[in-house]
Amino acid sequence: MSDQQLRVSKIRNGTVIDHIAGGQSLNVLAILGIDGTSGDSVSVAMNMPSDRLGKKDIVKVEGRELSQDEVDVLSLIAPAASINIIREYDVVEKHRVERPEVVEGVLECPNRGCITTEDEPVDSRFAVVDDGVRCEYCDTIIRDDIAEHIVAE
Amino acid sequence: MRHDHIISAKQLSRADIETVLDHAADIAADPGAYAGRHEGTLLGLCFFEPSTRTKMSFTTAMKRLGGDIVDMGPVDSSSVKKGESLADTVRVVEGYADALVLRHPMEGSAKMASEFVDAPLVNAGDGAGQHPTQTLLDLYTIRENAGFEDLTVGIMGDLKYGRTVHSLAHALTNVDARQHFISPESLRLPRSVRYDLHQEGAEVREHTDLDEILPELDVLYVTRIQRERFPDESEYRAVAGQYQIDSETLSQAKDDLTVMHPLPRVDEIDYDVDDTDHAAYFQQAHNGVPVRMALLDLMLGGERE
Repeated sequence: MSDQQLRVSKIRNGTVIDHIAGGQSLNVLAILGIDGTSGDSVSVAMNMPSDRLGKKDIVKVEGRELSQDEVDVLSLIAPAASINIIREYDVVEKHRVERPEVVEGVLECPNRGCITTEDEPVDSRFAVVDDGVRCEYCDTIIRDDIAEHIVAE
Repeated sequence: MRHDHIISAKQLSRADIETVLDHAADIAADPGAYAGRHEGTLLGLCFFEPSTRTKMSFTTAMKRLGGDIVDMGPVDSSSVKKGESLADTVRVVEGYADALVLRHPMEGSAKMASEFVDAPLVNAGDGAGQHPTQTLLDLYTIRENAGFEDLTVGIMGDLKYGRTVHSLAHALTNVDARQHFISPESLRLPRSVRYDLHQEGAEVREHTDLDEILPELDVLYVTRIQRERFPDESEYRAVAGQYQIDSETLSQAKDDLTVMHPLPRVDEIDYDVDDTDHAAYFQQAHNGVPVRMALLDLMLGGERE
């Protein structure tokens, strides 16, 4: 583990999400549903220098290993992120995020004319396309501001 | 052709389109041969916003096939007024009818509704989204008048909110037509439609001035510029006049240009065009019956040899 990662605080068991684009870590926490109320210990480092990204954020979540679904969704706003699973202070698993084909119930369609914004028994569903996501109901494409459309918990 | 639900023109392959149009042509040539073919079949009409042509042509089509319709009636007098969800409405109507036709003001409504029913469901217009059966009758009219070979189509007016335009653009890509879109900047095709056309390799150009392209067109498809969409009345007035045509406008066009319009028109096509050989919009509206008969027949299990 690099000095930069250690600089925040070492965790015993959990997940370190590295190489998040600078300034996106709060959106990452929103995607993971982490708002401080669950009692998880969470460390965040923002705008750290990075050779690859210029500036990067790092998030460390104590006591929690991310599911593949969570990692898939993370990839939408942090496509360069790497996931480190930590057990007993050691990195036991490390991999890059991969973009999923579909994300369901995570983003809210920005089109006020979309049926998913009505009180119907259906979750939003977005297909992941080349440079964004696309509502599978109304076809609206979201490109640059995906994080703004994350469904509030 | 076999589709449980008809939601979007995007799901119709060239072969699907040809199957429906060929079947419609057979029906138009001898409608009596299809009378009684679906006796006892009930089509459930769920129209959540006003419609005249689409609703009447589906009704006529079903009755000419020997079936009948059950109509949920105006929204104001239905359970929707009591707050029932669309998902519940279609599940209830499915219990009364063999197939459903849905017109709804929200985009994606047909797609969502289709996830709650097993009976075939036809999208008869979902907000500014899609209107695939309009597209099939549009294509039928184009094939009758101009054919699909070496075809150049201009689509003019409100391209942003016009669901008939969105459906037609996808289908014209399938028949390899060159497409020209003519509109004010503020009413250009939505990003999602342009994305699809680009992905499908469609030959597309966008214009703000009809004169730039009119002499090259085989078909000019006119839509109404919807005044209510403009946030500013003066902005509407600045563009509206540019998208009206009359017989004088068409003097620059090919002699065999076909002018179409999904109707209703307001002032975008002058009445003096009606008497020219260019006018195909009433023929287009009438074609809704054989085309919807063909689609219903195929959906309800009719076989085309």
